Amino acid sequence: MMPTRDAANLPYKLPPPLFDARCRACWFTLALLVLVIASFVSLDLDWTSFASLEAGRSMYRFMAEFFPPDISPKFVSKVVSAAWETLAMSALGTIMAAVLGLALAVPASRMSKQDAAWLRSPTRWLLNALRAIPELVWAALLLISAGLGPMAGTLALALHTSGVLGRLFAEAMENIPTGPGDAGPGDALRTQGVGPLRVFAYATLPQVLPQLMSYTLYRWENNIRAAAVLGVVGAGGLGQMLSFNMGLFLMNKTATILGAMLLMVACVDVLSFALRRWLNR
Amino acid sequence: MSATQLPQAQLASGGKLRDPDFSSRVFWLVLAILLLWPLGVATEFRPWVLWEPDNRKVTLDFLASFWPLVYDAEFMHMVARETWRTVAMATAGVTLALVLAVPMCLMATRVLSLSALSGRMNRWPAVMRWFVRATLIVLRSIPELVWALVFVRVVGLGPTAGVLAIALTYGGMLGKVYAEILESGESHATHTLMRNGSGRLQAFVYALLPSHAAELASYTVYRWECAIRSSVVLGFVGAGGLGQQLDNSMKMFNGGEVATLLLVFIALVALADHVSAWLRRALS
Repeated sequence: MMPTRDAANLPYKLPPPLFDARCRACWFTLALLVLVIASFVSLDLDWTSFASLEAGRSMYRFMAEFFPPDISPKFVSKVVSAAWETLAMSALGTIMAAVLGLALAVPASRMSKQDAAWLRSPTRWLLNALRAIPELVWAALLLISAGLGPMAGTLALALHTSGVLGRLFAEAMENIPTGPGDAGPGDALRTQGVGPLRVFAYATLPQVLPQLMSYTLYRWENNIRAAAVLGVVGAGGLGQMLSFNMGLFLMNKTATILGAMLLMVACVDVLSFALRRWLNR
Repeated sequence: MSATQLPQAQLASGGKLRDPDFSSRVFWLVLAILLLWPLGVATEFRPWVLWEPDNRKVTLDFLASFWPLVYDAEFMHMVARETWRTVAMATAGVTLALVLAVPMCLMATRVLSLSALSGRMNRWPAVMRWFVRATLIVLRSIPELVWALVFVRVVGLGPTAGVLAIALTYGGMLGKVYAEILESGESHATHTLMRNGSGRLQAFVYALLPSHAAELASYTVYRWECAIRSSVVLGFVGAGGLGQQLDNSMKMFNGGEVATLLLVFIALVALADHVSAWLRRALS
C-alpha cells in the first residue's frame, strides 16, 4: 500500500524506503507489533512451568489417566442420552431463535421506502446486545432463574442465536430482490392498499424464506458445537457431564465423553459438508 | 403469488379473502408441534418454571440489583485491567496460533508440491499432507473451552491456559482455512516459478502469497475478533480476564457489577467488530 510517487526524471532504481511516515501499512504494522509485544509482556505467561520437564511429565500423567476410556454399557448409554440431550438443546434453541429472530427482524428492517421504521435502530441495538453476549454467558445468567439443567442451555442458545439470526433476517428482508423497474410483489400489494401484515405474509416472507432457512440450518450446525460445551457452566448435555466427571477426576469417564463430543462434531461436519455439496450440485 | 392474480372485484368490494393454502398450513403446523414435543421433553423445557413464585422472586431481585451500576474507581480500575487482559489473551493466542498454522498450512498446501507439477503427487508427500490436514482438523474440532479445561489442570489457573487453548484451536482453524485459501486461487504464477527451478518457499513468497495476502489477512483479523469473544468465555473456566470477573460477580449475586461488566463486554465486542470491519475494508 505504498503511495506511488512519480519523479520527473527517474534517477536510480532504489528500493523503496523501509519506513515512510506517509505509509499507512507501515504504521499499521508498527501498531500490530506493539499490540502483540504488549500482550505477551503484560500477561505474565507462565512459560517456565509449561515448558519445563515437570510440566511435560504432569501433562503425560494427565493424558495417561484418560486410558482406558470407560466403555461399560451402563455409562455409554448415559453418554448417548446426554448426546441426545445436547442435540435436542441445539435443535430447540435454534427453532426458538428462528421464531424470535423473525419477530425481531420485522421491526428491525425498512420494508419499503415509505416505511418510517421508527423501531429500526432500537431493535437493532437489542439484536446487537443479544448477539454480543456469548451463549455461555447467557447460560450462566439464566442458571439463576432457570436452575441447573438443559433448559437454561436451550434458552441461552435461543437468546444468542436470535440476535445473530435477527440481524441476518433483517438484512435479507431489506435486500429483497425486486423485479424489473424496482418494484417487487410487495410494492404491488402495497399499491393495492393491502395492509403491512398481509404484505409481509404473502409477499416478503415467501420471497426470503429459502434464504432464512439456509441461515437457520447453518446456525444449527454452529449451535450443536456450542451446545456440547455449554454444559460446562451447568447447563445440561455432554458439557455438564464433562465438567462433572472432570471435577471428580474420573478421567476414564471424561475420555469417553470427550470422544463422544468429538464424534458428534465430526458427524455434524461431515453431514453439513455432504449436504452443502448436494445442494450446490 | 403476486397481487395481480387476485380478482380485482373481490379486493374492491372488500369481500372476504380466503387463504387457498389454509389446510396445508395447518397440517404442517400441527406436524411441527408433534415433532417438537420429544425435543421439549429431552431438554426438560418447562418455561412456566420461570414463573413460579420462588424463581420469579430470585430473578426479579437479581435484575433489580443491576441498577445502580457499580462504577467506583477501584472497580473500574480492575475492569480496565481485565479488559486489557482479555484483549491481550486473544492477541497472544492468535499470534501463537499463527506460529502453529503457518508452517502447517505450508506443509498441507497441494499447490506447493513439486511432484504434483508433473502428474500425480508422490506417495509419501501425499500421506504427509493428508496427515497434517487431519491434525489440523482434530485441533480445530476440540472446542477451546475443552482445551482450556485440560490446560487449567496442567498449568494451573491463569491466562497461560487460556492463551494455549486459543492457540491450539485457532491454530487448527487458521491452518485449515489458509490451506484452503491458498489452493482456491490461480496457481499459474506459482507453478511457473517452480517449473523454472525456484524453491518452494520462494514460489510461495513471490507468487502464492502476494495473490492471496488480502484474503489471508482479512480472515486472520476476523478470527482475532472471534478470539476476543472466546477469551471472555474462557474466563469462566478460570483463565482470567473479564469472564472470570463476570463469573465471580454472578456467583456473589452482585447485580451492579454484573451489569457493568456486561456493558463493558458488549462495548468491547462492538469495538472489535468495528475495528475488524474497518481493517478488512482497508485490506480489500
